[in-house]
Amino acid sequence: MSVSDGDAAQAAKRRGFLGSRSKPASDASVAGGPVRLSNSMLDVRDLRIHFPTDDGIVKAVDGLSFALERGKTLGIVGESGSGKSVTSLGILGLHQHSRADISGQVLLDGEDLIAASAERVRELRGSKMAMIFQDPLSALHPYYTVGAQIAEAFLIHNKVGKKAARAHAIDMLGRVGIPQPSARVDDYPHQFSGGMRQRAMIAMALSCDPELLIADEPTTALDVTVQAQILDLISDLQSEFGSAVIIITHDLGVVAELSDDILVMYSGRVAEYGSAEDIFARPAHPYTWGLLSSMPRIDEARTERLIPIKGTPPSLINVPSGCPFHPRCDYAKLTDGKSFTEIPLLREIEPGHLVACHLTGSQRQRLRAERTGIASAALSDVVEEGA
Amino acid sequence: MITFIVRRLFATVLLLILVSMITFAIFFLIPKLAGQTSYNLAAQYVGRNPTPSAVHDIETKLGLNEPLQVQFGRFLKGIVAGETYSNGSSRVYCPPPCLGYSWRNQQPVWPLLVSNIPVTLSLAAGAAVIWLVSGVAVGVLSALKRGTIFDRAAMSTALLGVSLPIFFTGQIALLLFSANWHIFNVQYVPITSNPLLWAKNLILPWLTLAFLYSALYARLTRAGMLETMNEDYIRTARAKGLPERTVIFKHGLRAALTPILTIFGLDLGLLLGGAVLTEVTFSLHGLGLFTIEAIGNADLPEIMGVVLLASFFIVIANLIVDILYAVIDPRVRL
Repeated sequence: MSVSDGDAAQAAKRRGFLGSRSKPASDASVAGGPVRLSNSMLDVRDLRIHFPTDDGIVKAVDGLSFALERGKTLGIVGESGSGKSVTSLGILGLHQHSRADISGQVLLDGEDLIAASAERVRELRGSKMAMIFQDPLSALHPYYTVGAQIAEAFLIHNKVGKKAARAHAIDMLGRVGIPQPSARVDDYPHQFSGGMRQRAMIAMALSCDPELLIADEPTTALDVTVQAQILDLISDLQSEFGSAVIIITHDLGVVAELSDDILVMYSGRVAEYGSAEDIFARPAHPYTWGLLSSMPRIDEARTERLIPIKGTPPSLINVPSGCPFHPRCDYAKLTDGKSFTEIPLLREIEPGHLVACHLTGSQRQRLRAERTGIASAALSDVVEEGA
Repeated sequence: MITFIVRRLFATVLLLILVSMITFAIFFLIPKLAGQTSYNLAAQYVGRNPTPSAVHDIETKLGLNEPLQVQFGRFLKGIVAGETYSNGSSRVYCPPPCLGYSWRNQQPVWPLLVSNIPVTLSLAAGAAVIWLVSGVAVGVLSALKRGTIFDRAAMSTALLGVSLPIFFTGQIALLLFSANWHIFNVQYVPITSNPLLWAKNLILPWLTLAFLYSALYARLTRAGMLETMNEDYIRTARAKGLPERTVIFKHGLRAALTPILTIFGLDLGLLLGGAVLTEVTFSLHGLGLFTIEAIGNADLPEIMGVVLLASFFIVIANLIVDILYAVIDPRVRL
């Protein structure tokens, strides 16, 4: 999976950031609603989700901000333990309430979900915002038919009868590409294949036409052959339903295919944030460089070895001082010691492209040039040709 | 689903035949292998200090000198069609289902068993309802309120329930509620003659028996619920925006109940064969007391009858559990 010419060009066209600078989204009219020019549909501000434990506070998410417009796709990328899944659960209010301290703002159409009552968030869950999970087999209830599980989601948020809900479930199954939906609606999850289960999950998530769809590693548990189909499906349905989508993944190939914007998370914080073109063509954070060079590519001769990022993600209890990435960063010593002591702030290095790194612009450009032959450079050629 | 049930029924019939073979082997084959002659065996049916002629009389009456397979055939035939024991001069008829003839009581075993079933059935069924409801309810609450005072108190009580033997809790209950305060009398009254008195007189044994089992079931349910509520599909149910009540009962409890159901089937089946300790403690004359008496009297036909009946209850309880299992969990129907 990689960025094809057309995708990259389109991604470049559709890019928008933080709402304020963006052009009206060309896809938004598909949703049938009024085209909103500037207000972000989802606005996350300084989100912090901390888990107090006996060993200390686990800072799973520590000051995360981003915004998402209607009809756009945001990819959140990071290693395991970088806080991406906790972020998504926090947005939906599905984090463990009794154990987590959550602060900041999650504004969905201007309504703060952190401040809202649990009951209100429950109402919004499934109707205005929905989620697709990683492993569709364990995420579907083994004792209920697929149709009943989809209908259940529709029934709870709409005043309709059981027959109408069932008809809707059949309709949704058809729309996600399940053959003979009226026959398969009464099947149990174990009678579905892996790809079909994920399609059913998507049908369930989209059954109430949500404005926000969060897909947490939607293809990780699937066969490679099925992965591309599921990604295509999400992309097609997104333009059909006009939902905003957050794709959470550790697979840069997935975000390359779908995302307008990309947020690279590290240790519960934003490492880098920008349009897909920014991230792939002009990555600015050493961690992003690492992610890109550890990703196999099909549009490149296989002469280069994949370069893993050394070390492991930091403990979220004892986060390293200064830049949390510095113990694994080859360039931390170039910053006059700032990386070791000061937490880097998110700075805008070009319009809409933010990075939390102490390297100066010139250092960054020199280092990027040195990395020629590694993924990023090759990709920038592709993007330029495409544009 | 129907093929599943038919298959299960078929397997159950086979199992019952197997059980009867094993039981028969225990009572007839093993003594023979141990070197007992049919005369020795016959002597056990007659009572203490019998005359040799009486023993020979029984030996021919029961056909104990015949080959084992012939005896087993007669035994099976007796269950289906009844059996006549005869040595030419005296004839004894044992109507179907003939599980043997108690020479000590001069009666076929089956009616003796049947007369003892209502007490045991009343005891087991009433206690089962109480322990299932209370055990599961406490278990669910404990799981949902994990770590709270309620949880700790409930689990400590459960530990008591599991640890204290019935002859201890039963005695205490009798002492307090019957001897001291005269609230409940333990005296079996058939449900057909006076349902209220039936229930009132059985409350103490019910509660005593149910205390033990509720404790077990509360702990099981709590563990099952804690595990189930961490499942991915519970998160999915919440992500759909279902109210917490629906999440807990429709999605959580249903899955958590499956293993409980299995154990319930076994427990109930076992108890129907005689709740020995409870029956002895409360002097309720059911299958349990009957068994103890039969063993005390070395009345082989009676013991064998009880063993067969008890295994029948267990097999049938398991059949019902299997079918319920398939109703609850569609993956089992394959």
